[in-house]
Amino acid sequence: MTTLQAKQASKSGAVHGGAGHNDADDGFSDLHPAYSTLQAMAESNRCLYCYDAPCVTACPTSIDIPSFIRKISTGNPDGAAKTILSANIMGGTCARACPTEVLCEEACVRNVAEDTAVEIGSLQRYAVDHLMARDLPHPFKRAPKTGKTIAVVGAGPAGLSCAHRAAMLGHDVVVFEAKPKPGGLNEYGLAAYKMTNDFAQREVEFLLGIGGIEIEYNKALGKDINLADLKAKYDAVFVGVGLGSTNDLGLKGEDFPGVDDAINFIEKLRQTEPKSDMPVGNNVIVIGGGNTAIDAAVQAKRLGAEEVTLVYRRGPENMSATEFEQDLAKTNGVVVRYWAKPVAIKANGKLMGMEFEKTELDASGKLVGTGETFEVRADQILKAIGQKIKTDDLAGMEITGGKIVVDKNYQTTAPGVFAGGDCIKSGEDLTVQSVEDGKQAAIAIDAFLKTA
Amino acid sequence: MADLSCKIAGIDSLNPFWLASAPPTDKKYNVVRAFEAGWGGVVWKTLGIDPPVVNVSSRYGAHHDQNRRLLGINNIELISDRPLATNLQEIRECRKEYPDHVIIGSMMAPIEERAWKDLAQQIAESGVHGLELNLGCPHGMCERGMGSAIGQVPEMVEQVTRWVKDAVDIPVFTKLTPNITNILWSAEAALKGGADAVSLINTVNSIISVDIDNMVPEPVVDGKGTHGGYCGSAVKPIALNMVAEIARTPETRDLEISGIGGITTWKDAVEFMALGSNAVQVCTAAMIYGFRVVDDLIDGMSQWMDDKGYTSVEQFTRAAVPQVSDWNELNMNFDTKAVINPDNCIECGRCHIACEDTSHQAITMTDKPEGGRLFEVVDEECVGCNLCYHICPVPDCITMEPVKTDKPPMTWPEHPLNPMRVAAE
Ligand SMILES: Cc1cc2nc3c(=O)[nH]c(=O)nc-3n(C[C@H](O)[C@H](O)[C@H](O)COP(=O)(O)OP(=O)(O)OC[C@H]3O[C@@H](n4cnc5c(N)ncnc54)[C@H](O)[C@@H]3O)c2cc1C
Ligand SMILES: Cc1cc2nc3c(=O)[nH]c(=O)nc-3n(C[C@H](O)[C@H](O)[C@H](O)COP(=O)(O)O)c2cc1C
Ligand code: SF4
Ligand code: SF4
Ligand code: SF4
Repeated sequence: MTTLQAKQASKSGAVHGGAGHNDADDGFSDLHPAYSTLQAMAESNRCLYCYDAPCVTACPTSIDIPSFIRKISTGNPDGAAKTILSANIMGGTCARACPTEVLCEEACVRNVAEDTAVEIGSLQRYAVDHLMARDLPHPFKRAPKTGKTIAVVGAGPAGLSCAHRAAMLGHDVVVFEAKPKPGGLNEYGLAAYKMTNDFAQREVEFLLGIGGIEIEYNKALGKDINLADLKAKYDAVFVGVGLGSTNDLGLKGEDFPGVDDAINFIEKLRQTEPKSDMPVGNNVIVIGGGNTAIDAAVQAKRLGAEEVTLVYRRGPENMSATEFEQDLAKTNGVVVRYWAKPVAIKANGKLMGMEFEKTELDASGKLVGTGETFEVRADQILKAIGQKIKTDDLAGMEITGGKIVVDKNYQTTAPGVFAGGDCIKSGEDLTVQSVEDGKQAAIAIDAFLKTA
Repeated sequence: MADLSCKIAGIDSLNPFWLASAPPTDKKYNVVRAFEAGWGGVVWKTLGIDPPVVNVSSRYGAHHDQNRRLLGINNIELISDRPLATNLQEIRECRKEYPDHVIIGSMMAPIEERAWKDLAQQIAESGVHGLELNLGCPHGMCERGMGSAIGQVPEMVEQVTRWVKDAVDIPVFTKLTPNITNILWSAEAALKGGADAVSLINTVNSIISVDIDNMVPEPVVDGKGTHGGYCGSAVKPIALNMVAEIARTPETRDLEISGIGGITTWKDAVEFMALGSNAVQVCTAAMIYGFRVVDDLIDGMSQWMDDKGYTSVEQFTRAAVPQVSDWNELNMNFDTKAVINPDNCIECGRCHIACEDTSHQAITMTDKPEGGRLFEVVDEECVGCNLCYHICPVPDCITMEPVKTDKPPMTWPEHPLNPMRVAAE
C-alpha cells in the first residue's frame, strides 16, 4: 500500500470506525479524494518517464502511462486524458476502482528506487476528470461508416467498451441490457465510496458521445431476445453479460430472511439515496475472501452496523482481496476471522447467527475441518463466495469451468459471436480487464467483418 | 571548524560570503539582518546621483522547473530608488554598529569624469571598505548611457575605473557584464584602469518567458514587457566560465576576482573559488530562501574543508585553474566507457532510449529469464559521452570508467588525422 493510501485508509478508519454512528452518508464520500492541481503537479513529477515502462505492461489496457503523466506535468491534462482514453475508454472508472497496488503501481520502478510507487491511479483520475469537467466534444472521431451493425449484449464495462471501439471503427452498434440502467457492475457493484457523484452514469453518457451506439434497456438475452435472432439480424454479436448468479453455501436456511448475497446488498446500497435510508443489521457476518466480501463488510460498517465479522476459510495470504483492501477492512473496524468455514445457519423465528468449524491444511495440503466449532451472532449474513455465469441464457456457446470459451480473437464456439469480460476467462475479474476484452473483441470483430 | 576568513583586494572578511548589490542590500534594515544571519559582507545596492530613479511594477520574471522550483529569475529593476543621503547615512550607521563586517559601496553614474569622481568620493566618505563600479545593468540604465552601455565598451571600462581610482584611495572593484563577446577584453580594460579586483557576473540579458494567454513577455507592465537581467542558479555555468577565463589567462590572471552568478550552495561557492574567485557574492539564492542560506554556505564549506584537510580558503582558491585548458590541449587517446551496476539499476530504460535514439546505440535492453529487463553497455559502441550517466535517475548506478590503453597522450595538433598538422610539417 502506498503511503497516501495508508494515510487515507487510516483517516477514514478513524472517522467511521466507531460503532453505531448514524452519519451514514458521510461514510460514502470519496475513498481517495481527488488530486488538486498542485498535488497532480508534484506527483506527476515523480514519474521517471520510463522507456517501455513496466507500469504499462502491468496495465491490462496498456495505457501509455509515462506519456500521460508527462502531459500532466507539462500542464496538458486534457491531452493526458486523451492518451488514457484512447487505450481505456473507462479510464475514469478504472482510476477509481482498479486495484492499482497489484497492477500498474506494483510494477512502477519507483517502488525499487524509493519504496513508493507513482500514484498512477490518482493521476489518471485527475486527467480524465479534468477533461470530462470541460464538457468538450467527444475526443474521438468515428471512421467512415462501414454499413455493418453489431449487437452487444450487456451494458457493463465489457459491452460498452466493445460498443465504443466498434463505433469508432465505423460500425453501428445496438446494445441490449437486461437492467433499466447502463454500466453493469460500475453502476450496481463497485463500492459506493469508489464511485461518488453518479460517476458511472456520467461516464456512460460521455462514452456514448462518440455516436452510433443505441442502447435498449430491459432486454434480457434468453428472455426478451435470443441469440439466433441476433445472429440473423446483425453482422456480429458480442456477449458481455458478466456473471449473473452467485454461489451458494449449500446450507439449510439459506433462503431465510436476513441471509443474502453480498452482491444484492451492494447493489441495493448503490441504488439507495441517501445512503442512510439503507437498512443494515446490527451484527453482520460476511463470508468470503475476495474484494466483494471486503466491499460488503466495509460498507455495512459504514452504514452503522455495530459489529461486522468477516469469515474466511483460509489465511490472509490466500485471500484474493488485495492487501490494501484487507487493510481497509481492518481500519474500518471489521473483525476478520481466518481458517473457519460456515456449517450451519442458526435461526429461531428470526436469524440468530452462524456456526463455524475451524479449518486447517492436512498433510497433503488439503483444506479440512478440525471438528472444533464456534458461533457468531448475526441478524444479517452476506454471502460473497464467488459468482458464476447464468448458463441458461447462453445456449449454443461452449462453457468450461463456468466461463464462456473463446479463442484468441474472443470468438466463441458459435461463429460470429464474440464474448468478453467476467463471463470469459481472460485475466482477473476486474473492470479494467473487461474494458480490455471489449476493446480487443471490437478490433477482432472489425477484422472478422472485413473478411466476412 | 575550518577558518573561513579571507582577504580580497586587501580587505579582510570574516568569511568569503557577501551579499551582491541588489534589493537584499538596499537598506540598513536588510543589511543588519544579513550581518546577524552570518554574511561576511555586503555590496550595497547601487547608488546613483539624485534625483533617485523610479522603478516599474512588476519587476521579476521566473524560470521554473516542472516542480515549480526556481531555476532562475530575471528583473527589470534599476539601481537604488532611495535618496543618496539616506543610503549614505545608513551605511555610516552600519559601519559603526558592525565594524568587523565588510561594506562595499556600489555605484553608477553617467559617462562624465566629474560625476563618477564626485559620487565615488561621497560614498568613500561614508566609510565603506571599497567601491564597486556597476558597469553591467542590462536594462533601463544602459538606455541612459550607463550600466552595460559602459561595460560593453572596454575603453569606457578602463576610463571609468581610472577616474574612480584617481578619486579615492580605497580598493576599487570593477563589476563586469556578461553581455559581451569576450570577457577578457573588459577584464583587461579594468586591469589597465587600475582595478584592485573584478566582480562578475552581473545579470545576463534575457526574456525569461512569455505570457501566452496575453502574448506579452514577462514580467508584464501594463500589457507590455521588456528584456531583463537573468540570474540565479541557471546562470552559474556562464559565470564559472568567465571567472575561469580571467583566472587562467596570463594577461588577466593577476586580477583578484569576486565571483558572482547563481551561487546557491556551499559547493557552488567552492567551485567559484577553485576556478579563480577570491571570495563570492550571492543575490538570487538569498532572494529565494532568505538570508539564512548563509548557514549552509558557511557550514557546508567548512565541513568540506575539514574533510579535505584544508585549514584556510586560500589553500583551495584557484586550485582548479591549472586544469582548465583549451580543447587543443586535451588528450585524444584518453577513453572512458559507461558501466552499469545491475544491482542498482531500477530498469527505467531511460539510458537505453537516450543512447538508442540520440547517441551511439551502445546500451542494449534484453529480457531477463527470471523477469525484468537487463541493460548492458556494448563497449565497442560506447564513446564515453556521459549521456546515460547524466540521465540515470539512480546515483552511482552508471559510472564512467577509464579504459586502460597503452597509447601515449596525444593532442589534436599532434593527431595524424589533423589536416593542419600535415600542412604544418
Ligand atoms: C461487489 C463487487 C465489487 C467489485 N469491485 C471491483 C473493484 O473495486 N475494482 C475492479 O476492477 N473490479 C471490481 N469488481 C469486478 C468488476 O465489477 C467486473 O469485473 C466488471 O464489472 C465486469 O464487467 P462485465 O462487463 O464483464 O460485466 P458486468 O459489469 O457484470 O456487466 C454485465 C452487464 O450485462 C447485463 N446482463 C447480464 N445478463 C444479461 C442478459 N441475459 N441480457 C442482457 N443483459 C444482461 C447486466 O445487467 C450488466 O449490465 C467488483 C465486482 C463485484 C461483484
Ligand atoms: C532584483 C535585482 C536587482 C539587482 N540590482 C543590481 C544593482 O543595483 N547593482 C548591481 O551591480 N547588480 C544588481 N543585480 C545583480 C546582482 O548583484 C548579481 O550580479 C546577479 O544577480 C547575479 O548573481 P546571482 O545569480 O547570485 O543573483 C541585481 C539583481 C537582481 C536580481
Ligand atoms: S487502468 Fe487501472 S491498471 Fe491501468 S493504468 Fe489506469 S489505474 Fe492502472
Ligand atoms: S514505472 Fe513508474 S516512474 Fe516509470 S513510467 Fe511508470 S509510473 Fe513513471
Ligand atoms: S537509466 Fe539507470 S536505472 Fe534506468 S535502466 Fe539505465 S542504468 Fe538502469
